Amino acid sequence: MEIALLFLPLIASITSGFFGKFIGDRSSEIITSFFVSISALLSLILFYQVIVNNYENNVVVASWINSGSLNVNWSIKVDALSSVMLVVVTLVSALVHIYSIGYMSHDPHKPRFMAYLSLFTFAMLTLVTSDNFLQLFFGWEGVGLCSYFLIGFWFKKDSANAAAIKAFVVNRVGDFGLVLGIFLIFHLFGTVNYSEVFQQIPQIIDKDLLFLGIHIEAIDLICILLFIGAMGKSAQIFLHTWLPDAMEGPTPVSALIHAATMVTAGVFLVVRCSPIFEYSPLTLNIITVVGMTTAFFAATVALVQTDIKKIIAYSTCSQLGYMFFAAGVGAYNVAMFHLFTHAFFKALLFLGSGSIIHSFKDEQNINQMGAVYKKLPYTWILMIVGTLALTGFPFLSGFYSKDAIIEFAYLKGNTAGYYAAGVGVFTALLTSIYSWRLIFKTFHGTYNNNKMKIEEIHESPIVMLVPLILLAIGAIFAGFLFKDLFISHESANHFWGDSIKFLKPLNSDHPPLWIILITPTLVLLSIPVAYYLFIKNKELPNQFSQSNRPLYNFLVNKWYFDELYNIVFIQSSKKIGLFFWKTVDIKIIDKFGPDGVSSLIKNLSLRASKFQSGFIYQYAFMILIGLSALLTFLILY
Amino acid sequence: MNFPILSSLILLPTIGALFLLFSKDKNSNTAKYVALFTSFINFLISIYLWYLFDPSTSSFQFIEDRIWLEGFVNYKVGIDGISILFIVLTTFITPLCIISVNNTVKVRLRHFLIAILIMESLMIGVFCSLDLVVFYLFFEAGLIPMFLIIGIWGGTRRVYSAFKFFLYTLVGSVLMLVAIISIYWIAGTTDIIQLYELSLDIKYQNLLWLAFFSSFAVKTPMWPFHTWLPDAHVEAPTAGSVLLAAILLKMAGYGFIRFSLGLFPVASELFTPLIYILSLIAILYASLVALMQEDMKKLIAYSSVAHMGFVTLGIFTITQQGIEGSIIQMISHGLVSAALFLCVGVVYDRMHSRLINTYGGIVSVMPKYSILFMLFTLAALGLPGTSGFIGEFLVLMGAFKDNFLVAVIASLGVILGAAYMLWLYRRVVFGNLVNKDLLKIPDLDNSEKFILWSLAIPVLFLGFYPEPLINTIEVSVKDLIEMYNFNLNMYSQEVKK
Repeated sequence: MEIALLFLPLIASITSGFFGKFIGDRSSEIITSFFVSISALLSLILFYQVIVNNYENNVVVASWINSGSLNVNWSIKVDALSSVMLVVVTLVSALVHIYSIGYMSHDPHKPRFMAYLSLFTFAMLTLVTSDNFLQLFFGWEGVGLCSYFLIGFWFKKDSANAAAIKAFVVNRVGDFGLVLGIFLIFHLFGTVNYSEVFQQIPQIIDKDLLFLGIHIEAIDLICILLFIGAMGKSAQIFLHTWLPDAMEGPTPVSALIHAATMVTAGVFLVVRCSPIFEYSPLTLNIITVVGMTTAFFAATVALVQTDIKKIIAYSTCSQLGYMFFAAGVGAYNVAMFHLFTHAFFKALLFLGSGSIIHSFKDEQNINQMGAVYKKLPYTWILMIVGTLALTGFPFLSGFYSKDAIIEFAYLKGNTAGYYAAGVGVFTALLTSIYSWRLIFKTFHGTYNNNKMKIEEIHESPIVMLVPLILLAIGAIFAGFLFKDLFISHESANHFWGDSIKFLKPLNSDHPPLWIILITPTLVLLSIPVAYYLFIKNKELPNQFSQSNRPLYNFLVNKWYFDELYNIVFIQSSKKIGLFFWKTVDIKIIDKFGPDGVSSLIKNLSLRASKFQSGFIYQYAFMILIGLSALLTFLILY
Repeated sequence: MNFPILSSLILLPTIGALFLLFSKDKNSNTAKYVALFTSFINFLISIYLWYLFDPSTSSFQFIEDRIWLEGFVNYKVGIDGISILFIVLTTFITPLCIISVNNTVKVRLRHFLIAILIMESLMIGVFCSLDLVVFYLFFEAGLIPMFLIIGIWGGTRRVYSAFKFFLYTLVGSVLMLVAIISIYWIAGTTDIIQLYELSLDIKYQNLLWLAFFSSFAVKTPMWPFHTWLPDAHVEAPTAGSVLLAAILLKMAGYGFIRFSLGLFPVASELFTPLIYILSLIAILYASLVALMQEDMKKLIAYSSVAHMGFVTLGIFTITQQGIEGSIIQMISHGLVSAALFLCVGVVYDRMHSRLINTYGGIVSVMPKYSILFMLFTLAALGLPGTSGFIGEFLVLMGAFKDNFLVAVIASLGVILGAAYMLWLYRRVVFGNLVNKDLLKIPDLDNSEKFILWSLAIPVLFLGFYPEPLINTIEVSVKDLIEMYNFNLNMYSQEVKK
């Protein structure tokens, strides 16, 4: 069953990719959607077995690399953690496959698109089911590759190509950390298999390493390196720049890869390695701070963006920040819970925005929309469900997971924890404001599009709406239904079993009432506020941005990260490259090396040839000089 | 020893070449079939050899020993796990080169094929000779056909490039010749197996090591001896570039493993920091330069310098992973760089331009080509699932064991590798099709498809299942490292005394 689950998407991808031309667009769409749906069904069955029977299994498919003491297998590991990921990945993937049939209906390259989607699913599955770091890395790079293909799917768009390369290269920076982490693990433990590594962790707790002249504990270094990898994949601050640009890809891609699955791989990595991270309080604090900062940073940027997809992208970035700081305060299960619920409502929001973009014929600017809620009633309602779930409206899924994060951060009881809880509450408010801004600007107010008439706007076809409805059901109920399973105190031992390690049992105190109530209250209050700001009194935000120009520019330009990186990394690499090539290679090495030597020899031989002048008296003179020199030499010595 | 299988591997292409030389039939197609047939038979023999080869021992196999110059040099050949792979690589690449000449070489095809076949003989000779003088002869003689290939069938600046290539490598090798002669005077033999057993006097090792290094460093090429490579590649015809990148460069890596480590362990240990520094410079420097190239062939040439930087780095880590990684990296680079040069050749034949900005958007006219080119691009940047990954990963792992900082810096090259390869691909293949001349060009024809797929399949296969390679080299590498460490220990004990 595990093997079928894993390889069905691969078979689908190969079929659609290589034989798409022969079997036709429709069949490739049906085959890929069908195969991935079966995978989803199988993972639900597995998930059920894990819940009921604590099912665990590790299927070794084949051996991969055996070099010296390095032995790595291709394997499928099923435990509580991977079963959750399996459900998220295959379920969202299946829905996105089906949705794409409608969304990509005008595209000439459907089989290729479906093949990439299925291939991505396969790569993501190898990532989550790995039992060692190397296969994880294979999946890690595999999803990065598919992401590259899918962002650059519309290969004629220069911006899409640039975004694709940016995504790949920025991810490589993160991978750099991950790979070094893996090397260090292999170096210290002589193996890269999870179980063997995790067993040996307590033995190296006090081991020091000398790194660049600094003494650092081995375990801290491992964790920091692994976390750098996680930051790249999960678009945390400093390595986040690729995610907003990645919105150049088709919208179903954004929903699948850049919201629900691939970007959560970093969170998954941290949770999977909880047996290591638990021993490194330093790294956990770093994770908390990075996560919190990202959550806040991305939310502020989302407030002022005008591209509907970029708003949601920054929102994703921000929510990933929440997951990280949950992991950072040691509440790995809560991080997984938020990952789980987030997959539903964020995929819903992305696919919903796709439906809007589809209706507006590829318009993405929210200032070019408005007042279409009657024209797009289903999309409107579904988007509102998604927004409510995202903002943490009481009893929807985001409510359970996000509030739990803030509570656990508070209960952590250290400075980083309090700080994170405070920032978490404030960010929740920002989240609510930018989300409602999106809804109001898109669906309410006045119709602002001058390219097409409002009469031309039509609701999306049923094949696109059904996945949305299913996701909406998830967004409403996932939190309520699964909260006991994921985050109750018994679950830490019962459901998660060995897949997550808690060095100290989670704090089971009840947080004070005010911290439980503050977030929902703020969220509820923000709805009328947003309504006032973006519908009733639209001048107010404009005035505010006019009077605070520097702040506004700072936010609109995304804290100037792109500009900074462009100068520091891209332009300087190009300049150095040019310098090495034009100056060092050509003007120094060649000039003094081969060309210099050959011209020197030519020169010398030209001079030497002048000795052969043919005049007897010159030769006689030379003989005389030579003779006298020889004599002098003999006499003196 | 009954049948001289190695000698027949060496001689068969030469016999084919002689046949071509004296044949009266001037039809170039016949010549091509003869060459193809010869090299293909040679490939089959080498596969059979690989099959016969016993990977469980590191001692040399299939040894042939004939007196050549009485009391001085014996013609001695034999293989171990390391050499067999390079022989198979050579016999695998050569037929593909011969198929590819279809479109590239318009004049004197027969002579071109003769040059390639002789080249094949000499390169096989390099990888199986067990005597320093024999090795030197093969190693140097390989220059001549390559010199002719660049100088006669090359591009506009072919004469400059051919001379630069020839003289540069010759200067390096002359020192090696001096070293070989002095080894004969010091040790009384040039037989490699005997030399392995008696360790050379410490006081000579450093100088000898440097002499060998000067030859191998030019051939690898290591920074700062690399400037001949971009010129040579740019001017060489496609088949020449392929041979140069896929096999000629590997002779140096092979030489480092076989001679520098094998004969001069103490000196190798002493000079390891030098190699590390030059390798790191090669990786970063060449990657940055590659980023800025406007000529596709030059870009790939510089990327070769970077990839060979990983090879030299891995060899001198003296770890199982590092050396195995280096060998796999060499095999992988042999396949991938050959494929990339062929990819450039494919569009060059159609457009007669190597400049990147001539192209752009060719995915709409050449979809099949684009898929294969993408695959090799990914292999070149070391994506898991391709052979490029296994090599790079093992090298870095080995380096990490030895020196943390070196591994960190070398890993930066992996990021740059992704940048320059993907940027190249994007500018050539993606984007809007602006140049209207591109609209007329056809997609891959059958022979091009055959060549590129024959390279693609092993690249993928070895990415998922490198076992056949690792199995073959494992014992040889292990014993090499043991011998190396044994000699080092002997030396340090002597020093203590």
